[in-house]
Formats: sequence, structure tokens, C-alpha cells
Amino acid sequence: MATSPPEPGGRRAGAGPRERDAAGLGRLGATAFVVPALLLIAAFLVFPALWTVYLGATDYRLTGLAAVDPQVVGLENVERALDDDGFTHSLGLTLQFVLGSAVIGQAGLGFALAWVLRDRRGLGRRLIEAMVLLAWILPSSVIAFLWIALLDRDDGTLNALLSTPGTAWLLEHPMLSLIVFNIWRGTAFSMMLYAAALGNVPPSQLETARLAGASSWQQLRDVVFPRIRGHVLTNLLLISLWTFNDFTPFLLTGGGPEDRTEIMPVFIYETALFGGELGFGAALSVLMLLINLVIAVVYARLLRRRKDRDR
Amino acid sequence: MTPPPATPPEATREDRHAAGLDGARRLLATVGFYTFCSLVLAFFTVPLLWLASAPFDDTPSITASLPSFTLANFETLLDNRYAMRSLGNSAVLALGTGALVVVCAALAAYALSRVRLPGRDALLYALLLLSSIVTGTAAMVPLFNLAFELDLIDSQLGVILVLSGGLLPSAVFILKDFMDGTPRSYEESAQVFGASPLQVLRHVVVPLVRPGLATIAVWAVAQVWGNFLIPFLLLRSPEKSPAAVVMYTFYTEGGQPDLALISTFSLLYSVPVVLMFLLVSSRYGFRFHGGIKR
Repeated sequence: MATSPPEPGGRRAGAGPRERDAAGLGRLGATAFVVPALLLIAAFLVFPALWTVYLGATDYRLTGLAAVDPQVVGLENVERALDDDGFTHSLGLTLQFVLGSAVIGQAGLGFALAWVLRDRRGLGRRLIEAMVLLAWILPSSVIAFLWIALLDRDDGTLNALLSTPGTAWLLEHPMLSLIVFNIWRGTAFSMMLYAAALGNVPPSQLETARLAGASSWQQLRDVVFPRIRGHVLTNLLLISLWTFNDFTPFLLTGGGPEDRTEIMPVFIYETALFGGELGFGAALSVLMLLINLVIAVVYARLLRRRKDRDR
Repeated sequence: MTPPPATPPEATREDRHAAGLDGARRLLATVGFYTFCSLVLAFFTVPLLWLASAPFDDTPSITASLPSFTLANFETLLDNRYAMRSLGNSAVLALGTGALVVVCAALAAYALSRVRLPGRDALLYALLLLSSIVTGTAAMVPLFNLAFELDLIDSQLGVILVLSGGLLPSAVFILKDFMDGTPRSYEESAQVFGASPLQVLRHVVVPLVRPGLATIAVWAVAQVWGNFLIPFLLLRSPEKSPAAVVMYTFYTEGGQPDLALISTFSLLYSVPVVLMFLLVSSRYGFRFHGGIKR
């Protein structure tokens, strides 16, 4: 559609009702309206991404000679990262964290809750939902301290409840603690998404399956799952992306003890900003951006395919 | 659940046996259901107990326990210079970002909704994709460099700009949806009476999409209020730091943590988020808005 003329009405033959330049903005005016947002996005989102790629190819450091005159070292940083024990170690931990807490934990518990509570209305359901949501919306600094207190070696509530005095959970089982923590933190999203998805499964089909003698498991597999497959994929991709980029574990363990919880975001922080190796840190960021890109592109294609199917 | 199968009077023994099994299975399912729900409820509630009990306990400890009630802890909080100031800083950052995001996104969304600029849809999708890829965590190195080069280290404006850049794509995308759904006829009449596009937007469109603007504003404010990483990276002086960062220093700086301070501060810092959430859910029926939380 071309620019609408600035005459009153701004209506032109061929302009559909959904796209009518009702305010007589014109192309120039529209551009002027879009520019502030685009400038901000370009400066603080697009440019940093491109700059990461450039920095990743230099030996840039926070201090010293390389800080004044960084040299281009090409793919050296990326190669170094892929060879670096710290990097592979961190990648393995990240994988554990994402798979354990998001893909298995949050999605599993979220679905279980949505399924179990699907025809309940009442105080019990509201109470559970409220607590699950509360865990999701509270600020991460507060949540982190609550868990440090909960898992404390000497006076932690968990040790009191389990009668396991003196267990320092964050030191003895750091990764497990973080995984359980993140399940607690993020299940709300999966629960809500699956609750919405289950609302779309026609009750009559479930009824038919039940009358035909299908067990709960068979109903899930044959009736429910085929209908919510799209939601499951959406959910898994989004929570993986978010968990992969989550910095909250830093607030609980700071990457320690030793480097046993040094997931990717913490590793980058320690290397680039704490250790001052900005070039190497940027190369790590590039790898992280690439992984994000893969997840996001898969997600975008999925959405488009679903949109096409709906048409 | 399933209504109990009516056992006909001429039921054979097997039938009755089957009905008994069925009943046992249903009992087991009920027991399982309540066990599961209680465990889940305990799992989600126990970590939060401390936040409810410790602020009002006269000798707060790490363990969650029934408090011997007092409000004295809040005096410790009010006496701490950094604590109250940091909440103010959080408000400045959150409201600043919220205002910037709402204004820029409303302008852009309106223009994109009413005028088909070349490559509009591709642009929107590309930006949305980009905003989910270039997260603060993945881009912390260049963001730090950028702030350094622009002399925005230790500046609240820097934090506001960086956060706005990250939130804008989703905000534009969601607001455009809202704007697409509003009728055009009012705008046309306003234009007949000689209103400029900016006036039309302010006096005609904004009142119509107010729920959308409010949702975006609350969402942006909540995102910034809880954000730790960006202010942690970009701000240096404690006087400028928001509550998220100050809270972290309260319990990581050596020595015995002041639990009276930490607990009351956590509570005060958490309350606005809960209020905002309740507001949105009661006002606009927050059930599910896709990926509204980044």
C-alpha cells in the first residue's frame, strides 16, 4: 500500500479497513514516529550484537597494552574457547542446568500441575497457583537470599525439616541445588501455558476416550498430546532460551564452590568483566549468541508453520 | 471425576469384584492427588516462609519460625542510608525506562499499524527475534564497552537506555496488536477537524488503547524493578545502585549479615511487584500473554 494522501479521510481505493492511514501520517510522518524507537534499538541492541562479533575477533583487554591498541586475531579466540577446558566444562554445566531445570523440571512439573488441576475450581487450586506465581514474580535478589537461607548449613529451614543438620547444600550438591531452585523459580510459566493449552482440548474427546476404557496415560498420549504438541514445543524452546540466559545462579553461588556452578553467563562474567579479558569474553558471547540464534530461529519457524496451518 | 458405575442388581461376582477394584483405584487416585498437591504446595511455600516471618521477628534468624511479633526491624531499615535510597533508585530506573518504552513504543506501534512502510513485517519479526537473542547476559561484554565509550558507566541514564533498547521490540510488537484492533473512524473525524497526527494520537488513540499501554508500562516497570545484571554491570557507586544490587551487597559483603535489615528490605522491595501483578491481573485479566516475561 502506498502513502495515503494527507487529505481528510486519508482513504484510498484499495486501502483495506485494517490498514488505513486514518491520522494522515503519510510515509514521512510514520517514519518520524518510528525513528526514536528504532534508534534506541539500533544503539543498544543491534550494535552491541555486531560489536560482540568484532570484539570476539580481537585481543581486547580491559587494561594494559591490548586495551589501548587491540589487534585483530581472527578466529583465534573462538578456537581458544572451543579448546578451553573452562569453556567445555561450563558448557556441560549449562547443559545440565537447562535440561534438568527447564526441559525436565519446569516443563514436567508445570504440565503435571496443569493436568491435575484442570477441572478443579476452588481455594486449593487458587492457593497452589498463587504460590507458584509468587515464586516467579518476586525479584531475583530476594529469591536468591531466600534460598541461601533455606539451604544454610547451620540454621537452614531445609535441614531442620529433613533432620539433616550440618548439610551445606550449596557446597555439597551445588548443581543439584541450582536445578531444584530453578524449577521452583520458573514452573509458573509452563503451568500457565499448559493450563491454557489444555483448555483447548475438547472435553468430549476425553470423555469418549474414557468411555472406551482408555487409561489416564493413554488419554494423555492419544488425545491430549497431539492437540498440544505446538504448545509443548513453544514452551520448551522459550524456557530453554530463558534458562540458558539466566544470571540468577550467580546470586546464589557466584559460580562456586571452585567452578562447579560456573554456567555460561557466570563464566563470561568471570572471564570478561572480572578477569578483564574482554576479547576472549566477547568470543564466548558470540558462541552464546549463536546458540540463542539457533533456538530462536527454530521457534520462529515453528510459529510461522503454525500460522500457515491456521490460514 | 468418573461417576461410579451403577452396579445392576443382577451383577455377577466378577462385576462386583471389578467395581471393588475400581473403587480402590479411585481411592488411590484421590490419595495420590492430595499427596501430590500437598507436596507441591509445601515445595513452593517453604522457601517463602522466611520472607513472611523474619521481618516481624524480634530476633530474626535464618530459620523460618513463628515470630514473636515486632515492628522494630523496620526501624533498622529506615536508619540504613543505602537501603531507602536504593528503593528510590529502583523507582527512578523503573519509571524512567517505563516512560521511555511506552512513549517510543506507542509512537512506533501507531505508525506501523496505520502506514505500511516498506519491509514493515520483516522488520518487526527481525527485531523481535533479535531481542530474544541479544539478552543482557549474552551481550554483557559489548554493553559494558558501549557504556564505557559513551561515558555512561555509573550513570542511571545509561541503565535506562540499555534496558529500554532491550524491551522496546516486544513492546512495539504487542502494542501494534492493540492498535490494529481499534476503529479508525474517530481518527478520521479528528483529522477532518484539523488535528495533527500527534494530536490524534494523544487525544483519540491513546484513550482507546489505554489497557495496552498500561500492560506495557507495568510489564516494563516490573522487568526493570527486578533486573540485577545491567545495573550491576554499569553502576559503580552504591548511592546510585538500585535495590536489586544493594540487596546483593547486603548478604555478600563479609561479616555477619544483618538479618533484621535484609528481611524487612526484601519485604519492602517485593511488595510493589506483587501489587503490580495483582493490579494487572484484576484489571486486565492477566491469564496468559505469550512471552510477556522475558
